[in-house]
Amino acid sequence: MDPASDAALVARCLANEQGAWDELVDRYARYVYAIAARVYRLEPSDAEDVFQEVFARVFERLDTLRDVDALRPWIAQTTRRCAVDALRRSGRETAVEQLPDGADEGLAQLDEAMTVHAALAGLSPDCREILDRFFTRDESYRTIGTELDLPPGTIASRIARCLARLRDVLQPDMQRAQRAGKKADRPRVG
Amino acid sequence: MTTPEERIAELLRALPAPPQGWMEAAKELPTARRELDTIVERIERDERFRALVLADLEEALRGEGVEPTPAVVALLRRRLAR
Repeated sequence: MDPASDAALVARCLANEQGAWDELVDRYARYVYAIAARVYRLEPSDAEDVFQEVFARVFERLDTLRDVDALRPWIAQTTRRCAVDALRRSGRETAVEQLPDGADEGLAQLDEAMTVHAALAGLSPDCREILDRFFTRDESYRTIGTELDLPPGTIASRIARCLARLRDVLQPDMQRAQRAGKKADRPRVG
Repeated sequence: MTTPEERIAELLRALPAPPQGWMEAAKELPTARRELDTIVERIERDERFRALVLADLEEALRGEGVEPTPAVVALLRRRLAR
């Protein structure tokens, strides 16, 4: 996700521009949901409360965000706080003491996943739809075939083709990440 | 060894879509805020209404013709807590 576009989106929300808030919800709904439901493993009803509380807080406090480039970390932190409150309310005190196992890795993975999701915008609508249905909505080949009027036998090859296109869109980011990883692995000298 | 495509697929799976109704409720916040402004003003000047809201916030919202979705309830709670 491009922080510059986040900054622009925040500015549009603060100017009460039509559709800007809907765009912010669309952009961050999966992220908030994944933190609540996957990283903190909240029950569905608690996850829903957290989801709504986070967006209510973001809506009310958007004008207090000092660094508009930091929208994503701010939303992540707000979600974590709300999730911890939900754990407290549900009496899972042991979980409150520390993040659930793998939570830090989970949060880092979600940041990477946001980059991949943002890259979907570089694909055709057909590719976006088939990847979304298969990977994030967990729909079967049969359902996708029926909904998109495609022979089920062609779904797998289309998914593979669209994934390869997405890889190409992401290539510069992945190479940058690889280079950064290698640099970090090098022993420090001096 | 994970291929780039497998890794991308794993990352796509990491962000499932939340239920549509949750998103719709969150998107209604700007409209809800305008309705809540009127309700909050009334709470501030009408003691009886304030007591009613504190006793049963969701019912009070319904009485004012506002659907008490979790997002609206969360927003009103935040306003009342100020």
